[in-house]
Amino acid sequence: MALEKVTLGKSLTSGLRKAMEKDPKVVLIGEDIGKLGGVFRITEGLQKDFGEERVIDSPLAESGIVGTAVGLALRGYRPVCEIQFDGFVYPAFDQIVSQVAKMRARSLGAITMPIVIRIPFGGGIGSPEHHSESPEAYFAHTAGLRVVSCSNPEDAHWMIQQAIECDDPVMFFEPKRRYHDRGEYDTAAAEAPRGLFEANVIREGTDVTLLGYGPVVKTMLESAAAAETEGTSIEVIDLRSLSPLPIDTIVSSVRKTGRLVVVHEASSFLGMAAEISSQVTEQCFYELEAPVVRVGGANIPYPPSRMEEDFLPDLDRILDGVDRALSF
Amino acid sequence: MSDKVVAELHEPTPAVGDGGPDMIQLLTPEGERLSHPDYDKYVADLTPDDLRSFYRDLVLIRRLDAEGYALQRQGELGLWPSLLGQEAAQVGSGRALKPHDMCFPTYREHGVGFVRGMDPQSSLQLFRGVSQGGWDPRDHNFHLYTIVIGAQTLHATGYAMGVKMDGNVGTGDPERDTAVICYFGDGASAQGDVNEAFVYAASFDAPVVFFCQNNQWAISEPVSKQTRIPLFQRARGFGFPGMRVDGNDVLATYAVTQHCLDEARNGNGPLLIEAFTYRMGAHTTADDPTKYRVSAEVEQWKFRDPIQRLKTYLSREGWADDVFFTGVDEEADSFAAELRQGCITMATPPGETMWDHIYAEEHPVMEAERAAFLAYQASFEEAK
Repeated sequence: MALEKVTLGKSLTSGLRKAMEKDPKVVLIGEDIGKLGGVFRITEGLQKDFGEERVIDSPLAESGIVGTAVGLALRGYRPVCEIQFDGFVYPAFDQIVSQVAKMRARSLGAITMPIVIRIPFGGGIGSPEHHSESPEAYFAHTAGLRVVSCSNPEDAHWMIQQAIECDDPVMFFEPKRRYHDRGEYDTAAAEAPRGLFEANVIREGTDVTLLGYGPVVKTMLESAAAAETEGTSIEVIDLRSLSPLPIDTIVSSVRKTGRLVVVHEASSFLGMAAEISSQVTEQCFYELEAPVVRVGGANIPYPPSRMEEDFLPDLDRILDGVDRALSF
Repeated sequence: MSDKVVAELHEPTPAVGDGGPDMIQLLTPEGERLSHPDYDKYVADLTPDDLRSFYRDLVLIRRLDAEGYALQRQGELGLWPSLLGQEAAQVGSGRALKPHDMCFPTYREHGVGFVRGMDPQSSLQLFRGVSQGGWDPRDHNFHLYTIVIGAQTLHATGYAMGVKMDGNVGTGDPERDTAVICYFGDGASAQGDVNEAFVYAASFDAPVVFFCQNNQWAISEPVSKQTRIPLFQRARGFGFPGMRVDGNDVLATYAVTQHCLDEARNGNGPLLIEAFTYRMGAHTTADDPTKYRVSAEVEQWKFRDPIQRLKTYLSREGWADDVFFTGVDEEADSFAAELRQGCITMATPPGETMWDHIYAEEHPVMEAERAAFLAYQASFEEAK
């Protein structure tokens, strides 16, 4: 047992390090990930320890990062790509959606694509355009990919290792405004606390289920604590896996509470919450006391950063959503 | 820049030319053997037997192509991308590869696949619509067809980076040193991925040979729409060698590709080959070239036919006679009959296999949807 208080960013670093120590075929590729350690320093120190061939500073071309990762995977490597910011993933969209996702099926299962694509995502950091987006639904919509998001240091440490061990391609969304948040966990633990594609009920409650992933999980917990002072008991679920969707965990919670509020930063139109709402309605029609409520980003391009506070779901907007669910 | 230089830069590349003085040629359209100071050595050891087998490959893949075309017209294939006219570019380059070299095709390299030892039926699966590819690329070191134009150039580059990381470049051991060849066309040369592949390959000294079959047409657009300068000259801007070879000359293509593959295996990659050739047929069976190009152009290229020139050469040298040529034609007939039979008896997989192979690991949605599909199908049986 070695309980330590570590940041989410450093937990990703230690997870990557463990994966690289365990399997010499694991290689990292991305822009500025070598000497600099990435713009968020997630790969800090790794090139020094593992060399330039395993921590590859790529030319500044995202399609190239993912496209060459496909070739490396075909050669038997397990590439971990870093896309510098969410809004920079689109030049690689074709490679991800048409090549990474479909290669295995194209070969009738003869080949695998064990590629991880790490993307720092979400807003709240005061950045200019393209640095604060939440593009996860595009990828969750694409069969052949798996999509996950971590929300806390312990999960960050383990989920990145599990994603690298997975024989399928995994889109790995990192909550960039939580990189510096600290959390305590046993850094000497030998096994992950749970599977990569499982949701986690992080707070039990009886009145409303609050579901989200990535950066909003912390806000949901704060909202639940605030609601408790007003006598509302909220169950909080960290979704963790966006594809496949751990629907059973969601459904059993909703069967208990009868109310569901889904939170994400992405625009709500055809966002993750829309699919979750549809599936929950199909499975829990008679148990629901209220329609599924979505608390998401507005259906606009991400706004200029001085206005982002009004765009992002915060404690008040989440509680407003809870109130709407309770008003039925 | 002087006015003259500017004027030259703005000179549009002719859609059809003779390839110009930079084009490497060992066998003229009239079947005469030209000597070349740099490339003769790569064909010096070829025996008459070897040359006859080149001829056989050219004829068989032309027949494969004709059969693909006919099968599409008869409704047995959904689409067929023809290689007619590009046989020498494909056989010459494909036969320069060693078994352990890796090859990344577009969707038109049926001829390269054939000389790599692929079952000719393999390339029909995709166009018949029974799979989206359907082979293991490792069986013949021949990757799956890639339809998104140019995307495979990055896969080839990444694979070549992996070859280098494995230490299989420049060891001097011919069984170990490995090259990667990547096919693409003149249209693809405009794609971002191809340009990114050039940058990555150069940046990592990747042992990859980019093999551009410039067949002069990207569906309806002439090569002048893709480039101002001859395509092989693009390589210079990326910092690696580029050369133009007569793509209708199987000997020159074989020689130049061998040279470039050797360079790549020795650690001097990447390299670019522009095989100057011509798409004699339509882009695919869905295309109608009479709408955008004149027949005189096609007629002109008939005189540069890749098979005829080798046939003339073999005859003139006395290395093959009518008995041989007739024998190859007869072999092509039975090859075509077998191909046709294989195609029309190729079974459509049962619907429930659609969910197979999407993921390597267990996936609840695949399993639930497959089960729901089977239950739905079964409900019709029960209703009977």
